[in-house]
Amino acid sequence: MNRIALKMLFGDTAKLLGLVFGMAFSTLLITQQASMFVGIMQRTASLISETREPNIWVMDPVIEQIDAVRPMRDTELARVRGVPGVAWAVPFFKGQAVVTTAAGGLQSSFVYGLDDVTLIGLPHEIIMGGREALRRPDAIAIDEAGFEKLWPTQPLSLGESIEINDRRAVVAAIVRTAPPFQTQPLIYTRYSQALAFTNNGRNQLSYVLARSIPGQDPAAVAREIESRTGLKALTSEEFRWKTMMYFLRNTGIPVNFGTVVLLGVIVGIAVVGLTFNMFVTENLRQYAALKAMGLTNARLIGMVVLQAAVVGAIGYALGLGLTSVFFETATSSPTSFFRGFYLPWQVALGVGLLAAVIMLLSAIVSLRRVLVVDPAIVFRG
Amino acid sequence: MLTLAGPEPTADAAPAVAVRCSGIVKEFGAGETRVRVLHGIDLDIETGAMTYIVGPSGCGKTTLISVIAGILSAEAGEVEVFGQRLGVLSGGRLARFRAETIGFIFQQFNLLPALTAAENASVPLLVNGASESRASRRARDLLAAVGLEQHLDKFPAELSGGQQQRVAIARALVHEPRLVISDEPTASLDAHAGQGVMALLREHALSKDRAVIVVTHDNRIFHFADRIVRMSDGRIMGSELPPFTEAH
Repeated sequence: MNRIALKMLFGDTAKLLGLVFGMAFSTLLITQQASMFVGIMQRTASLISETREPNIWVMDPVIEQIDAVRPMRDTELARVRGVPGVAWAVPFFKGQAVVTTAAGGLQSSFVYGLDDVTLIGLPHEIIMGGREALRRPDAIAIDEAGFEKLWPTQPLSLGESIEINDRRAVVAAIVRTAPPFQTQPLIYTRYSQALAFTNNGRNQLSYVLARSIPGQDPAAVAREIESRTGLKALTSEEFRWKTMMYFLRNTGIPVNFGTVVLLGVIVGIAVVGLTFNMFVTENLRQYAALKAMGLTNARLIGMVVLQAAVVGAIGYALGLGLTSVFFETATSSPTSFFRGFYLPWQVALGVGLLAAVIMLLSAIVSLRRVLVVDPAIVFRG
Repeated sequence: MLTLAGPEPTADAAPAVAVRCSGIVKEFGAGETRVRVLHGIDLDIETGAMTYIVGPSGCGKTTLISVIAGILSAEAGEVEVFGQRLGVLSGGRLARFRAETIGFIFQQFNLLPALTAAENASVPLLVNGASESRASRRARDLLAAVGLEQHLDKFPAELSGGQQQRVAIARALVHEPRLVISDEPTASLDAHAGQGVMALLREHALSKDRAVIVVTHDNRIFHFADRIVRMSDGRIMGSELPPFTEAH
């Protein structure tokens, strides 16, 4: 009977196309928006994810997320280094500055100050220049997208100079970074140089980046730092989640994306559910004939569920494919807004379950008609 | 109880009762709009005979065959089909009994439009759990027997009304049911096609241990009957022999 169910389904091409495209569009809408949402949430904490060497971030106790910095005294670094369980700790500066290009253009940029000795915090993917070049006076590293923003007509090159608060800086390296939440150029330089660029004087320590001794639980070490210094210390994972949750709670991002995802679900239920219901209603006489011929309700349920499952699977696969194509093409350019976005498997799995729920609901609503259909209607002319 | 005389029994086998209806009452609606459609029907239908149920529209013919087939349940009375009381069967068992025992021919054919003639004819076997290959083989043989060997792989929309009804006959007989119930089998056909369909039905559906019930208005096919039961207002008014018994 399964083959008959499928033949009934594939025999009505117009409705089959309506069902498949309805489900595909719904899947595309939900997966694309959910993936974008996940991507944007990850961008809010991209600096933490990208800074892989430390596993503990130490900060002023009032800080709730990475972008809202309250500087600490420089002496806090030494206090953190003195906490048992800390293998090493380095300073990290995070600030903003207005950059002026040789052509006179102005561009607000992020300036990151890295420990002068270790340069911990520099992105790992250096596509031009070298790590050691940052030790030269006035040397900076800039992210690839930032370079293209400052010099839109030029190919990537070293030696370009800019002014940061009237101080000259020279591009000594170009790095590729995880896309940040705000699309401003990212400038990496030595800690001492960053303070000079930003003219902020003493006590401008944004974060202390620390690593626990191998074998020690980073969370326990972080708690130890807190109790001994009075500062806030979070593991990288804790800080990442805290930052993402801050943006979730305090911005319209979840509402905006949630609305579109909800729209996708509504489109799915409305278009797919109604079309499937129409398909079943139009075939009611056929189901009634099968019922009159002795097909049990259990097997009729099996037929309708199979039809719903096949429509759902094809539509879902098509929608997922379209989403993949979208991300594949939209993220290919290093300066694209969509750079770094991808389709997480968790989103694909979740939307798959949602598609199953949509088809199950459609099948349940339609099944009611099939189960209560009076087989005697087949005797009516 | 009105017991209808069947055809003359042969010397070696007396006709058995295929269907026994005892005091069947069927009502539709509720409250003040409740209507009694069948008023205590008593009727025996014997094997080896083609029994027609005739009467004006709305007299309860279709309701009666729906009750006999176990598609509708009666408010009162008992239906036995080949000795099996339908009232004691649960939904699933009743469906299985119907699938094994009864073949249906409908006025509107009710063929599945997405299936070919051969696939349509094989449906009852598939409902009974036969393998697709066996069902297909048997359906093709039967379609060839009813003259459709050139049309096995055509869809219903590609067949004439008469050809569609032949497919419906093949479908009704493919699982060798002991009882065939046919509702206005010639209503959608012209006179010539109607005669051909009834001749086929008589030829293939009837045997000593089987029975055929035909509900019809079409007096042009009365001569194919072994007996004719007349109904009016939900009651059996009597039975008679067909007008031209030599046609058999």
